[in-house]
Amino acid sequence: MSTLHTVNKSPFDRSSLETCLRLAGKGNAVLLLEDGVYGAMRGSNASGMVETALSDVSIYVLGSDMKARGVDVDKIIDGIKVVDYKGFVDLTVEHDKVNAWL
Amino acid sequence: MKFAIQVNEGPYNHEASVSALNFVRAAVDAGHEIFRVFFYHDGVNNGTRYTTPPQDDINIVNAWSELAEKHSMDLVVCVAAAQRRGIVDEGEQERNGKDGNNIAAGFRISGLGQLIEAGIQSERLVVFGD
Repeated sequence: MSTLHTVNKSPFDRSSLETCLRLAGKGNAVLLLEDGVYGAMRGSNASGMVETALSDVSIYVLGSDMKARGVDVDKIIDGIKVVDYKGFVDLTVEHDKVNAWL
Repeated sequence: MKFAIQVNEGPYNHEASVSALNFVRAAVDAGHEIFRVFFYHDGVNNGTRYTTPPQDDINIVNAWSELAEKHSMDLVVCVAAAQRRGIVDEGEQERNGKDGNNIAAGFRISGLGQLIEAGIQSERLVVFGD
């Protein structure tokens, strides 16, 4: 059983990404969308915990929400995969459950 | 695969409605079935036909109505949340003695049981909110 976690808050706004990464089990996936895409950026105060989490969970980021915020693909932490809405739908199919960290 | 979608925010207070709309479109395009979209809390504001945004603005209410018509999608507005926010259909108009109704095409008002049922009947429940 694997879970897809969705996080839509910036790690500088709320602690939902931190809590999600702490509780997400090995083999789970995390999708960053809306303001959550800021959590995918390299070189921030939050990037350390995200980089560490990548050894246990797969992390994805929604490309259209990055673009809307001017977050360029080359600013993203290595190992995080950019997906479109089709990819978002595929992730919900690949995992048994979807948990939104609202 | 069968999906249930929950939308907790209105079109003018959060991005969640647009995200949900994009997800639903992508799911339908990929050949999946949307069993139901349930609008809860401020999400009920997605379902009033009196919403009149400027011409160059996205009309989220119409976008839902068009999706509902094209794919015979079940769009359900939570009754308790709707009553609080003045979202009214013909039945609610009569029941509560209101002078009109404003439910948008393709939407219907029903209870929380519809969300529970959607969760049971669908293989995935995806929640969009604040």
